[in-house]
Amino acid sequence: MKILVTAKRVEDPESKIKVKPDGSGIVGEGLKYKINPFDEIAVEESLRLVAKFPGEVVVVSIGGKEVHEQLRHALAMGATRAVWVNHPGALDQMAIAGLLQKVAEKEKPDLAILGKQSIDDDQSQVGQYLAEWLNWSQATFASKVESFESDAEKNKVPALVVSADLKSVRVVREVDGGLNTLDCKLPAVVTTDLRLNQPRYASLPGIMKAKSKPIEELTPATLGVDVTPKLTVTRMSSPPPRKAGIKVPDVATLVSKLKNEAKAF
Amino acid sequence: MNFDLSDEEKSFQATARKFSKDVVRPKAAHFDETSTFPKDIIKAGWELGLMNMTVSLELGGAGLSHFAQVLVAEELAWGCAGVATSMIANDLALLPVILSGSKEQHERFVKPFTEAFKLTSFALTEPSAGSDVAGLTTTARREGDHYIVNGQKQWITNGEYADQFSLFCTTDKAKRHKGLMCLVVEGRPQGLTVGKHENKMGQRASNTVTLTFEDVKVPVKNRIGEEGEGFSIAMATLDNSRPLTAMFAVGIARAALEHSIEYAKSRQQFGKPIADFQAIQFMIADMAKDTHAARLLAYQSACMLDAGQRNTLVSSYGKCFAADTAMRVTTDAVQVFGGYGYSKEYPVEKLMRDAKLVQIYEGTSQVQRLVMARELLKG
Repeated sequence: MKILVTAKRVEDPESKIKVKPDGSGIVGEGLKYKINPFDEIAVEESLRLVAKFPGEVVVVSIGGKEVHEQLRHALAMGATRAVWVNHPGALDQMAIAGLLQKVAEKEKPDLAILGKQSIDDDQSQVGQYLAEWLNWSQATFASKVESFESDAEKNKVPALVVSADLKSVRVVREVDGGLNTLDCKLPAVVTTDLRLNQPRYASLPGIMKAKSKPIEELTPATLGVDVTPKLTVTRMSSPPPRKAGIKVPDVATLVSKLKNEAKAF
Repeated sequence: MNFDLSDEEKSFQATARKFSKDVVRPKAAHFDETSTFPKDIIKAGWELGLMNMTVSLELGGAGLSHFAQVLVAEELAWGCAGVATSMIANDLALLPVILSGSKEQHERFVKPFTEAFKLTSFALTEPSAGSDVAGLTTTARREGDHYIVNGQKQWITNGEYADQFSLFCTTDKAKRHKGLMCLVVEGRPQGLTVGKHENKMGQRASNTVTLTFEDVKVPVKNRIGEEGEGFSIAMATLDNSRPLTAMFAVGIARAALEHSIEYAKSRQQFGKPIADFQAIQFMIADMAKDTHAARLLAYQSACMLDAGQRNTLVSSYGKCFAADTAMRVTTDAVQVFGGYGYSKEYPVEKLMRDAKLVQIYEGTSQVQRLVMARELLKG
């Protein structure tokens, strides 16, 4: 089985994120970066599937040379090889999906697994565009019924249930109303939600093996994709600071404030 | 001289840090309170490759540098010094075999620990022989192709869970250091009794026991090196482990420093955060300065090992300074927390109790000063 999986480089939420005074973006200085947690879950799921259906996990990331860090992390977890789309500039979701479409058409995987969204822009668009443009089925917000304490999780059983003939996959999706189960024909695009699995650590032997795994360099030009942004961010601002709470003397005052000030009912 | 970590070293450090933060630290208080052995955590660390790092590739280790190992040691100790000691004491126990054993002994006594999760123990200290290593009285009497061992060992880390012991004993007490010998004791031979787990002030997750040897038969082919070489084998082992012990102290100190900074920014007195007061600022500055100085000494002593240089003096600087620093830093951390620091509900008093041991084991701060003075004044 061949799986294409993404490893986006995102700001580490443990870094203090500050908006630039001119509202044009966030302050980059002093920030730490990591692999998008939802992509890490995607890599983990891919590794579990390929343990069951031997094949390849190809991890892809888009950006400048610094994304090699995230590719090496995925390789250290156990991915087979990496693809680096070298483009250090700004990208909107359509450009990203366009680049991934070309990579998918080149690699011809059985499954493309992406994080449902990345924790920087939180757009949740790329997987959907990708499926649409490849004309593949899509199953977004893939989750798992079994808890993380279950034997299924401890034994790293894949949550995506691929048929023995590699022709379809059953995905349980986490949606607002509950759980929605879809059977998709392969190839398909699946996007991962938080409760799909617990990603493994990059073991030290894994880190050492990753050094010699290949990273193929591609560019928007070699892929034939125009990445001119169709979207521009005009302004970024911090949410207003949380106001302190107030104490009220009695229930009547509480009801009045809820009705007249908070407009709660 | 480049003080930056390589990408690979950064990755090792990141894995150890994540493991320490997600797996070790959340359970640290529990294992401290109950003084129980975190076997599952240690096993998980073994599975990630955080143990046996410097064991050669041929013997199933990762063949990594001492520097890479000290990076990991700091992260593990940051999570819990007791867990770090348990994991690294295993590596320490393999060192005599690795440094002075034959190829055949490497296969028999080192490989099993890289192939499966097992623990080994370093058995040197005795009830009446701590700093005075040469004064140890566990005797080994040769009888044909066996030694008959009698004696007692004290403060033995991992003893209860060990499948193998690197034992130091004497064939002739009168010869003092020239009589010492290193034997590998396998499993639980007849006559070996493992005593009760000590109720310690700190590093309580670490299993510490006495060992009693009553006419224990150990094959002569389990002897590492020759009779009379035991002292130099022990000393060579400690040269290797001193950088690691120093880094435990750095990890403990860093944890204490981080807690103190966070607390100082949020605790308000006299209408402002206590971080605004110079008394606290100066304490925090000194804590950070000394922790980093200790770290750099430990880094250098590890790099010297990697370069094949004799590191006795620098590693002694490192172990002594780092241990004494950790004691000062953790004591100051309790002070920054004030009354809350004194309570077990807050994390810093454990750090102070954990730090104390680092001034004592692996050569007390006093013995380190003797080692340094001897190096500086000899010849």
